[in-house]
Amino acid sequence: MTTTIIVVLLLIVVLGVALAAMYNGLVKRRNRVDNSWSQIDVQLKRRYDLIPNLIEAVKDYMAYEQETLSRVTAARTAAMGAGAKGPEAQAQAENVLTDTLKSLFAVVENYPDLKANQNVMSLQEELTATENKIAFARQFYNDSVLSYNNKIQTVPSNIIAGMFNFSPRQFFEAPEGAREVPKVDLR
Amino acid sequence: MYEQIRRNRRASWLLMGLVVALLATLGYVIGVAYWGGSSGGLGLLSVFGIVAIVWSLIGYYSGDKMVLTVSGAHQVTHDDEPRLYNIVEEMTIAAGLPQAPAVYVIEEDAPNAFATGRDPRHATIAVTRGLMRVLNREELQGVVAHEMSHVRNYDIRFATLVGILVGLIALIADFFLRLGLFGGFGRRRGGDSGGGGGGVIMFGVAVLLAIAAPLAASMVQLAISRRREYLADASGVELTRNPLGLARALDKIAADPQPLLHANRATAHLFIANPLRKTREKTGAFDTHPPIRQRITLLLEMAHVGPEALAAGPEGPVPGPVAPA
Repeated sequence: MTTTIIVVLLLIVVLGVALAAMYNGLVKRRNRVDNSWSQIDVQLKRRYDLIPNLIEAVKDYMAYEQETLSRVTAARTAAMGAGAKGPEAQAQAENVLTDTLKSLFAVVENYPDLKANQNVMSLQEELTATENKIAFARQFYNDSVLSYNNKIQTVPSNIIAGMFNFSPRQFFEAPEGAREVPKVDLR
Repeated sequence: MYEQIRRNRRASWLLMGLVVALLATLGYVIGVAYWGGSSGGLGLLSVFGIVAIVWSLIGYYSGDKMVLTVSGAHQVTHDDEPRLYNIVEEMTIAAGLPQAPAVYVIEEDAPNAFATGRDPRHATIAVTRGLMRVLNREELQGVVAHEMSHVRNYDIRFATLVGILVGLIALIADFFLRLGLFGGFGRRRGGDSGGGGGGVIMFGVAVLLAIAAPLAASMVQLAISRRREYLADASGVELTRNPLGLARALDKIAADPQPLLHANRATAHLFIANPLRKTREKTGAFDTHPPIRQRITLLLEMAHVGPEALAAGPEGPVPGPVAPA
């Protein structure tokens, strides 16, 4: 009789520990998703901060390229304001900004003085690095979402997820034109 | 990846335990033989055991500093090397690590790189001046991604410990070999109670260590096992999503004939490409470096391109295939 009680109690304890571990695993993954999303914001803000410096550095050389410069400035302002309109609108605005920056760098290529300018070169490196960091932060965000979504949709952790309202997260979708990444085959 | 982390943690503990056991046994054998009776044996056992434990702990906590000092590396900041520093930060973000490893530079022309430390929070990535000179941004990113994978999956802990502990064994082996060969055979220890036997014992120990030394060497082999490097290549590509960058980097590293002066047998296995044995041959298929060629081939397969892609200009477009619809 007592052994039965002990066995039942033991089973309850083991089950409880297993459920707690699953719950903790889910929370950890959800926190990673949130954290990686905020990492993207950090890099986007850094890009906003760098752009005025770049414009300042190049504007004297590029008297005939005022249009390119004003388009970058406008895209920056739009992107900074788009955050309030939801993630989709923000992604759209950020991509416009990326494109205008690309065209600015293409124009810089035509000015040998500018290309050799130490200040412009270092700003260009910082912006390139920031662009990369944004892309890699998004990549890691998607990896985190994948791991989290897999966990809440597969047995047995889906039971816990259902009980405590863990809802799946959205991937960051790269817009058309941003998909020129070489295909990778990992075997 | 988590499997790999577990394996590396286990291997690190196992290695430390093995070295402690090996040295303690050695101490016991020498003690018994020298003083006779088990008290001397136990005494020397504990001395050797404590030395091994202390050395293991030193290796665990500051092995990275020792490796960096031996390699002649110095720390750089963002202002010193903005491009390298930024690339390390980019790869930290891609790997989702909590903080960026310290960045060190070795002032040598031979292009090479390594990572060391005990976990991602205490990690360092070191590259040579030559590497920064010959590689473009994309290629340097590939190399840093490879090193970041070593950091992420705790290869650095095991590999650094191997270097430190193998270094100790080599040191002791060297010491006793000299003692056995030059000072042995009774000439030195004539006045001791051990008498002429001391030299013979020392010689025996030297022979024993001569057997243990290749064992240590094979542990180094274990650390540089191709699988570990292939894995770091693959997970590095997982970070950059650009196999060609690393493939071109390895191609340039393989083509460089200069040996790395600051590398030795205890640290060689840490580097991305063997820093000691470099041949002057540059040809592809019949190269004397099958491993690095093999790695390049695998990376090219990942990118679905042929060897001609290696030759594309440094700033040329990446001939990546069109993504499937």
